[in-house]
Amino acid sequence: MSKPVIATASLAGCFGCHMSLLDIDERILGLIDLVEFNKSPIDDIKTFTKPVDVGLIEGGCCNSENVEVLRSFRKNCKVLVSVGECAIMGGLPAMRNGIPIRECLEEAYLNSPSVDPEDRTIPNDEDLPIILDKVYPCHEVVKIDHFLPGCPPSADLIWEAVTALVEGRPLQLTYDLIKFD
Amino acid sequence: MNDVRFMIDGKECLGKPGQTIVEAAKANGVYIPVLCHFEGLKPVGSCRICTVRVGGRFMAACTQPLIEGMAVENTAPDLEDMRKSLIEMLFVEGNHLCPSCEKSGNCELQALAYRYQVLAPRFPYLWPRRDIDASAPLLMLDGNRCIQCLRCVRACRAKDGRKVFAAVDRSRRVKIEVDKKLAAHLSEDQARRAMDICPVGAILRKETGFAVPIGRRKYDAVPIGSDVEKGTGR
Amino acid sequence: MAQEKDIVLRYPKDPSALLDVVRDVQNRLGHVSEEAVSRIAAHLKLSEAEVRGAVTFYHFFSLTPRGASTVYLNDSITSRMKGRTAVARAFEEEAGCRFGEVSPDGKVGLFPTSCIGMNDQEPSAIVDGVVFIKLSPDRARAIVRGLRAGTPASGQVTEFGDGANQSTLVRAMVSNNIRKRGPVLFGPHEPGAAVRKAVSMTPEQVIDEVKKAGLLGRGGAGFPTGLKWEFCRREKAPERYVVCNADEGEPGTFKDRVVLTELPGLLFEGMAVAGYAVGAQTGILYLRSEYAYLRARLEAVLAGLRKEGILGKNIAGSPGFHFDIVIKSGAGAYICGEESALLESAEGKRGEPRDRPPFPVQAGYLDRPTTVNNVETLATAARIVVEGAAWFKAMGTPKSAGTKLLSVSGDCARPGVYEVEYGLSIAELLDMAGAPEAKAVQVGGPSGTCVSKAGYQRKICFSDLPTGGSVIVFGPDRDIFEVVENFMEFFIEESCGWCTPCRAGNVLLKKKFEKVAQGKGTEGDLRDLEAWGKLVKATSRCGLGQTSPNPILTTMQNFPELYEARIQKGRDFVPEFDLAAAIQEGCAAANRQPACKEADHE
Repeated sequence: MSKPVIATASLAGCFGCHMSLLDIDERILGLIDLVEFNKSPIDDIKTFTKPVDVGLIEGGCCNSENVEVLRSFRKNCKVLVSVGECAIMGGLPAMRNGIPIRECLEEAYLNSPSVDPEDRTIPNDEDLPIILDKVYPCHEVVKIDHFLPGCPPSADLIWEAVTALVEGRPLQLTYDLIKFD
Repeated sequence: MNDVRFMIDGKECLGKPGQTIVEAAKANGVYIPVLCHFEGLKPVGSCRICTVRVGGRFMAACTQPLIEGMAVENTAPDLEDMRKSLIEMLFVEGNHLCPSCEKSGNCELQALAYRYQVLAPRFPYLWPRRDIDASAPLLMLDGNRCIQCLRCVRACRAKDGRKVFAAVDRSRRVKIEVDKKLAAHLSEDQARRAMDICPVGAILRKETGFAVPIGRRKYDAVPIGSDVEKGTGR
Repeated sequence: MAQEKDIVLRYPKDPSALLDVVRDVQNRLGHVSEEAVSRIAAHLKLSEAEVRGAVTFYHFFSLTPRGASTVYLNDSITSRMKGRTAVARAFEEEAGCRFGEVSPDGKVGLFPTSCIGMNDQEPSAIVDGVVFIKLSPDRARAIVRGLRAGTPASGQVTEFGDGANQSTLVRAMVSNNIRKRGPVLFGPHEPGAAVRKAVSMTPEQVIDEVKKAGLLGRGGAGFPTGLKWEFCRREKAPERYVVCNADEGEPGTFKDRVVLTELPGLLFEGMAVAGYAVGAQTGILYLRSEYAYLRARLEAVLAGLRKEGILGKNIAGSPGFHFDIVIKSGAGAYICGEESALLESAEGKRGEPRDRPPFPVQAGYLDRPTTVNNVETLATAARIVVEGAAWFKAMGTPKSAGTKLLSVSGDCARPGVYEVEYGLSIAELLDMAGAPEAKAVQVGGPSGTCVSKAGYQRKICFSDLPTGGSVIVFGPDRDIFEVVENFMEFFIEESCGWCTPCRAGNVLLKKKFEKVAQGKGTEGDLRDLEAWGKLVKATSRCGLGQTSPNPILTTMQNFPELYEARIQKGRDFVPEFDLAAAIQEGCAAANRQPACKEADHE
């Protein structure tokens, strides 16, 4: 029987949640025995090559590319998990959410004292993803099946959740595992 | 006066006449979650998290005085889900970025979310634009984190009795304002009291923060309410 | 800035004068300036934050200038149905600013406002305290041009309404539109008869008569009036108060306006009767700001009653019975119709409801036992005292005795005030009002019930369809979703903001409702609407939040097919998120064309 397949992505996040995943220490060897990784920055597989059992999403959606990646994860993963505060509620990138995006862009690229006075332009290359009006939590864009809070979620929480999901048992989230920081 | 006999979820309890359900429950080792209430202040029933059911009617346990023979429902699943909803509502109504908040680990709103296992709110985030007022010399007021519990409004007064904090505006726009003139003359003790009485990180003493390391903060290891329940084997 | 100082110094150094000072400043200077806030705070020994708190709570007070002249255009659903949108556009074009702003020359400010009690003559507006009804876009333009040219709003009213609206002290364009005169309120009444009759009885006998009549509060809640008086009388206290709630703010109700216009004497007699019954010497008429145009006449009526010995000392020939009435004004807050919020406001504070217990009958105005009764209730009580309980009880239904004033508006041929016996069916009312094609009827205003055709045999009474008086008729072409959205917006704006479920819950309910209305709903979203509605009702602190989900809940119940038709059946998840909309602003800021792949991705 083939091993359960996992995929991961970091959208508008800091990769801290991925670091926390690696922080499961020697248990990572057990994890490799338990599952197979598909599309993920961890193994650098860029595209889905087979159906995935569990998708882990770090970060929220701050631009059009994030939305595209998230939707492709939803399409290719049986179970989709929001990992960390950014995926769940936008996190620190969402601090801009009360401010109109034009004001943000103008502050960053036109008015800030650190901007090169010779080059005051809002980036507009066609190949760049387009920034969204605000940062969206993943579950406001696609259906999300599970949420692992934390900034980052502790290695123990990730271990508990991933093993539970691939083994098909319910998540046991004890008090010490649920933290928002 | 005689003690008042009442029940919480079938448990026989005794309270004092005039005591509120929350206070009486506490004295009987039963925790009723509440955010806006603070011992010694006049209860205001603003957060509604302490909602209980008596005879089919919902009421705020922090404002309702005991009535002889009343049977209080506190942990019915639908009640607990209502409370969880209200906690989630407070999260989406403001901008609660726990990872960057000085109060994280000591925050009562966050602690309730932990206790109720809030993983992601059922409500969409509202992302209001809120102000931060750092004009007072000793403290700052961050509207993003304020939950309108009115503790500071009730607790903090100048020497002549005037209110240092007040609610301004109404509806979804209501916010707590600090009186600029009075705030300019707050003593160290008054500023500390204002910060300590704030259940969230909306009022902060300037120039301090993150003083207690992660792992040793108030709610890192034990859920809020544990002190009340200690010895009752809940 | 000596002006602020001059105004403020005229008032007693008493915090309960706060709203009176603020109103004076607002009326004279057009806003409550920083200088004024500072002077008021110093004078009343309050913090400036507290003063700002009170100013910002009320819709008709402002910390920033509202223009030399200020237009408050009614935003009720009926106003919208009768052409508000075009009128608003005309105001905006002529003034040169949007609603919520002041014109560049500072001459005119435009602001929306919740129902002003003119639902039978919409669109209506209050301009510098003067009511304009049945506005057309042309009239709106003319008003603004007149104001700019220096003609005050009062000078622009040339035609007056019927009855006392023509009195020299009122001179309003407002019409009474009394369509049906019933035997109780509009029956023949000899001035002074109620007070004279009352003082010939003992207070207990008066209370007993009102109890026997089965009079229930006419504001909508239906608490037995006699019982309320009895509770109030029973409290031991050096002073008690009678407060008349003339703050009818439920959108679509205007019957108290007609009582205040045509029957103020009867109302004041009712207050004196209540005063006699509970043992109070002071009555307070809390008059909503929207009806301030009636104040001068009401004061004149009070003066007349004093002269006739119906008010004042040893009144109606009864030695030792003293009773007089003062008028206090609201300032634009629906919540102040809630009795404990009204008391807070009457005491000069933010109109935030109180926790109960204690109830107002125990600790009300200035913590004294207080009976707060609706305008119609008090006027009715006066008539009961004269005509007797048996006479009253013979009308209506066994449990809802007597008659009720209804304010009927919307899509009907004869909008106006109807005094009908309880037990009248919706179908009978629609027949009277001339609305044979009605698709829906909102009974009791937004906080009441939206009834569909299937419910037209239901009866107006406390055990079936209770109402404070508001009845709004919707014709066959009306969009019920637009109605619901307007009502929810009303509750969101009028919530005092004190408690979580009402402050945040109503916003979230409306957001979810809009998701469904936009066709992005699922069966799960409908379940959420119901659950969240129940949550807000169950956990809110006062009647506002305990009824605010009703527009959604009662239409879901009575018009399920409308909701069914809007949702995406069988789909598990439909996001509210729309990529094309989300990238619009970013594209515009960066001056980029959205690539097809982004826009069409969904």
